[in-house]
Amino acid sequence: MPPVQILFIIIAAATLGAALMVVTTSNLVHSALWLVVALFGIAVFFILLDAAFLAVAQVVIYIGAIAILMIFAIMLTRKMVKNPSPQFNTNWAWGIVISVVFFAGLFWMLNSWPGVNTSMPALGPNINPVVDLGEALVSPDAYVLPFEVASVLLMAALVGSIFIAWNRK
Amino acid sequence: MGDPITLIANWLSGLLTGWGLAPWLVTLIMSVIGIVAIATFVLLVDIFLVWVERKVVARFQDRLGPNRLGPFGLIQPIADVLKLLIKEDITPEGADKIIFNLSPIIALATVILLWGVIPLSPTILGSDINVGVLFIVAVGAFSTLGIIMAGWASNNKFALLGAFRTVAQLVSYEIPMVISLEVPVLLARSMGIHTIVNSQNVWYIVIAPVAGLLFFISSIAELGRTPFDLLEAESEIVAGFHIEYTGMKFGLFYAGELLHALTVSALFSSLFLGGWRGPFADQIPLLGVVYLFIKSFFIYFVIMWIKYSFPRIRIDHMLAFNWKFLTPLSLSVLIMTAILSKVLQGVSQPVYILTMLLANIVIAWITLTIVRRYAHVQRKQFTEFRPVAVPEKAQVTTTNP
Amino acid sequence: MIPLSWFLVFSAGLFSIGLFGVLARKNAIAILMGIELMLNSVNINLVAFWRYRGLDGIAGQVFAVIVFAVAAAEVAVGLALFISIYRRRNTIAADEIDLLKW
Repeated sequence: MPPVQILFIIIAAATLGAALMVVTTSNLVHSALWLVVALFGIAVFFILLDAAFLAVAQVVIYIGAIAILMIFAIMLTRKMVKNPSPQFNTNWAWGIVISVVFFAGLFWMLNSWPGVNTSMPALGPNINPVVDLGEALVSPDAYVLPFEVASVLLMAALVGSIFIAWNRK
Repeated sequence: MGDPITLIANWLSGLLTGWGLAPWLVTLIMSVIGIVAIATFVLLVDIFLVWVERKVVARFQDRLGPNRLGPFGLIQPIADVLKLLIKEDITPEGADKIIFNLSPIIALATVILLWGVIPLSPTILGSDINVGVLFIVAVGAFSTLGIIMAGWASNNKFALLGAFRTVAQLVSYEIPMVISLEVPVLLARSMGIHTIVNSQNVWYIVIAPVAGLLFFISSIAELGRTPFDLLEAESEIVAGFHIEYTGMKFGLFYAGELLHALTVSALFSSLFLGGWRGPFADQIPLLGVVYLFIKSFFIYFVIMWIKYSFPRIRIDHMLAFNWKFLTPLSLSVLIMTAILSKVLQGVSQPVYILTMLLANIVIAWITLTIVRRYAHVQRKQFTEFRPVAVPEKAQVTTTNP
Repeated sequence: MIPLSWFLVFSAGLFSIGLFGVLARKNAIAILMGIELMLNSVNINLVAFWRYRGLDGIAGQVFAVIVFAVAAAEVAVGLALFISIYRRRNTIAADEIDLLKW
């Protein structure tokens, strides 16, 4: 087995294991830290897919901002209980059933698609995905409009979250 | 003249291939040896930094510093390391053991990771990724996570409070750091640090001094050094997020902080001061390493100079300084650099340099004028004559503070 | 060397785990973590398709960047809402916040 495949299997197992720990741990801070491990595994996958900018942006945005924000929110909304109450609501059995059925459905659908086993085409010698991405995000006949709309969305989220969480006494 | 590192690497890989190993295994073994070599070199420099720190702080405070152990006190860091190793290792009751033990490791590991992307010479560098600058930001963001883990796992209110304040400061000062890092990226048209150093025929500190200064200030805030060291000040918050750490775990935090300062100096030298560039560095690659370390130690000395000359800034002043001063300034510098580097695309080299330098001076002068006017208004408000005890007949004029 | 199906099956699995997290957890922040897992699996899908389709166009990566921005915005607003709810009701368990203002 080529070493890339062994690496893929190891990283996939680690990420899926971390994701399982995220949804099953009862201690919420541990859950957030397992989420950090899962997000890091996703960043490694981005590197395997030759998307270097997305890998590093994943670490900066998700681990450096979103995970820290979640840890802050967990610490600020914690009641000082020593033994944590069970973290599953009453319908958790249905949750397992629905997830398994969903995964089986996706798996069956993927199997019935003929193009599912294509192998990775080789990257040309002069292709630089970072440069292409940069040009596409600001070029008028590429994706500058979604880019600007995303920045307006971020500003709306910024103003909105400050307003919502403001302590008006 | 071939440089010795490439010669050794070629000989070793030839030897391993001659033993019949698969090519991917040879690459893996060479990578592991390279990683161990860089990490060992960096950690040895770290031990030397402990001595440098204590001698320089002593000289700033008009005393001699350690001079008992060895010539000029050079054995002192080894004594420090031995002391930390034989101290009792206390884990506070109720602390989360795995996270408690993991955070010093993360704090030091993320600093050593940064040395993988700094080009030490034209041929000696860890890995030439083409998103090197963003990698630096990502690793910095990861170290912030290590700090909040340390603060939470200590089961201590002061540690948690210190961790909150630390993370607030670090996350806030990432923004002017990232924006001022965009300026060398813009000037060199690439995010890889190797490319940025290679395209510095004229050092970027001449072309973009305000951006360099902004990166310097926000890096000092990211390090947690004075004047921004409210996070671990002994008189304010009893050492902040690493209160409960004893022995070698505290040693890892301390060593990580010193090494982080040297790493930031090396980054500043690579991005703004030309890195390994210097006379004859192209022919003799080892000279490049020497030049880089001379520049890094000079910037490290400036960081220490600032540390031992300035008082501490209060947390609300610190955040106001970031959001009201550094962020708008860095945005305007970035916009100005972008516009000018597009407008000046065909001109000759001296005109380009002079125009960019002039534009930077204009922005700096405008900023200083605005700050001076604001300070003037504030000073007038605070130093008006306010009588404390007035006689009965006199007119009492109260001023609002 | 790695067929596309491996990436797609992995992302389907991650999506299902995130779905289980959303459906079965009580704490609202844990539900948000499940949503984050789902968004990440979608990102992997997009970038895998971009890579395996012979790199024609950059739409996959651009889409993934926009998903980053949307996820960050959603987490920020969501957590602000949770903190605000916690101040009023003193709980963020999803099955205890089931009455409108009375």
